[in-house]
Amino acid sequence: MAVETLIPASGGRQPPVPVPDPGADGPRSPDRAADPWYVRYALVGLTLLIVGGLVGLPLVAVFHHALANGLGAYWHNLTADPDTRHAVFLTLMVAPVAVGLNVIFGIAAAWVIARFRFPGRTILTTLIDLPFSVSPVVAGLVFVLLFSPTGPLGGWLRDNGFQVLFAPPGLVLATAFVTFPFVARELIPVLEAIGPEEELAARSLGASGWELFWRITLPNMKWGLLYGVILCNARAMGEFGAVYVVSGRIGGRTDTMPLRVEKLFQEYNTPAAFGLASVLTLLALVTLVAKVLIEPRLREKPPPSVGEP
Amino acid sequence: MWAQLVFAVAGLYVLGAAAWVISAGVVRPNDGGELLNVACDPTRELWRDLNAAFVRAYDEKHGIRLTVRQSHGGSGSQARAVADGLAADVITLALWTDTDAVRKAGLIDAGWEDRLPNRSLPYTSTIVFVVRRGNPKGVRDWADLARPDVAVVTPNPKTSGNGKWSFLALWGSVVWRGGTAAEAREFVRGVYGHVPVLDPAARGATMTFAQKGIGDVHLTWENEAHLEVAEAGGTLEIVYPGRPGERPLSVLAEPHVAVVDRNADRKGTRAAAEAYLQFLYTEPAQEVIARHHHRPASPAVFARHRDRFPEMDLCRATTLVPSGRWDDIQRAFFAEGAEFDQLYTKKK
Repeated sequence: MAVETLIPASGGRQPPVPVPDPGADGPRSPDRAADPWYVRYALVGLTLLIVGGLVGLPLVAVFHHALANGLGAYWHNLTADPDTRHAVFLTLMVAPVAVGLNVIFGIAAAWVIARFRFPGRTILTTLIDLPFSVSPVVAGLVFVLLFSPTGPLGGWLRDNGFQVLFAPPGLVLATAFVTFPFVARELIPVLEAIGPEEELAARSLGASGWELFWRITLPNMKWGLLYGVILCNARAMGEFGAVYVVSGRIGGRTDTMPLRVEKLFQEYNTPAAFGLASVLTLLALVTLVAKVLIEPRLREKPPPSVGEP
Repeated sequence: MWAQLVFAVAGLYVLGAAAWVISAGVVRPNDGGELLNVACDPTRELWRDLNAAFVRAYDEKHGIRLTVRQSHGGSGSQARAVADGLAADVITLALWTDTDAVRKAGLIDAGWEDRLPNRSLPYTSTIVFVVRRGNPKGVRDWADLARPDVAVVTPNPKTSGNGKWSFLALWGSVVWRGGTAAEAREFVRGVYGHVPVLDPAARGATMTFAQKGIGDVHLTWENEAHLEVAEAGGTLEIVYPGRPGERPLSVLAEPHVAVVDRNADRKGTRAAAEAYLQFLYTEPAQEVIARHHHRPASPAVFARHRDRFPEMDLCRATTLVPSGRWDDIQRAFFAEGAEFDQLYTKKK
């Protein structure tokens, strides 16, 4: 058809221009008459039941148990025990650093994969996904082997007075490893969708690499980046398996919030365990709201102009 | 504008947190005010009380207010963690082989067992049964555990001290009554044939049995059994395993304590660490130990709490191997491919 030849040949990454079809002009709406009402209601009902049972009930149960003895007791459970306070503090230290590392690594990895073709690119893409497929416990054990004082690296660090395993640096490494894919995974499709044209234009106008990044690439991918950061942070705060292995479980030293929840529960302190769990749940809910707020921005087309005021 | 401010604040926060994390990794020598006790799993409540008493006593005597940190987990895993660099000043693990594994890693000097009174045993304990209220399956003796309708909960002997003591008690219950090794093997295989879950540590097994309601009998430490029953609000009870008309029979569980020499010297905590372990043998500490249903080393304190500890025939595990050495117990029962591996894999 003649219309197709008008599409520029270089537009492979752009969304395909719909071929005008005189038969179906208007917005395509689902044909409501296709499914009988009882099928629709049954499916919706089943979905609600599953979501309610698997997500809603546990959510309610967490807050029910946490608040079982009233708000005063809830606050006391969260703030009176120094080990619990330290667990909250530790999580607020460890998770942001792990996320920060992953922002740096994630941007670098996504940039390389989206912008360049080089041998080993497929392997690199696969490696980024590795933490998703490796059990967190195995990830933790890898760090134990790597930094154990019997190994060369751990021995050298110990001789120079630096403790990685069973100390906050180890917690950060384990958390960063497990949450690594979140930022990179979000950014690769965003960068691929934007395409290199604006960056090439900026280059041709004499922008340095640094200017290019701050003025073109970063503004274009900021929503994707924020989305990745939020998901990454949610997972980082809740990480249990890998952190359990490298923490050494020292009360008031290396117990993060999820570890502390387990410990409180095992020490028959159920209200405090659920109290702390409810804080983690609240963080998850905040994440969810932020995620919902950002999602529409993600679907927006990136701003078209290079010279944005 | 606002966005830039938010980013700047977030960036500064992350940088600050990173600085804190790095500084937390720096080992400061001679900050002897803190001790780390790496302990086995079901002694959390015991050490909480003992630590409070010790900190008070040490403060009164030396005018130094120490902090004692605790790490709890399966005894075998804890020994491994200390060998891997967990900077324990003292270890209070479940049995001899775990303490000696830390010596084998080069962190404790030879002869640690003789450095403290009573072979470095401030208390002993044993393995008993916990059953559901009214003992619906009628479990009274070790032999009942082999019945196919009795589901047994106990932790994994590979990682947990409780698991090892349970295994040794099961094996011993046959041998100490005159049975042969072949009969013991058959019996123990039958029991592990209906263990629904092997938790990695003692407290996890307690949660499996008491909170999740899995199993008919829980094989656990005597002190853990008392705590479990007290917390269960009348839904569980203790059984001291024995044949009708005979004294109950079980294993003498010996959880040794030791200073981790290399760590204490490196951290400058030797004096405090040694005082800590010696404190365990004092009258007030022995009282705390007895109140937590551990059998205290002091005969006087033990006599005072006689009613807490029913008379039992407690046999030493080292009688189960001809040499009487713990290394041979490890080799015969728990090493890779030894008795436990053979009978547990054959089950499937």
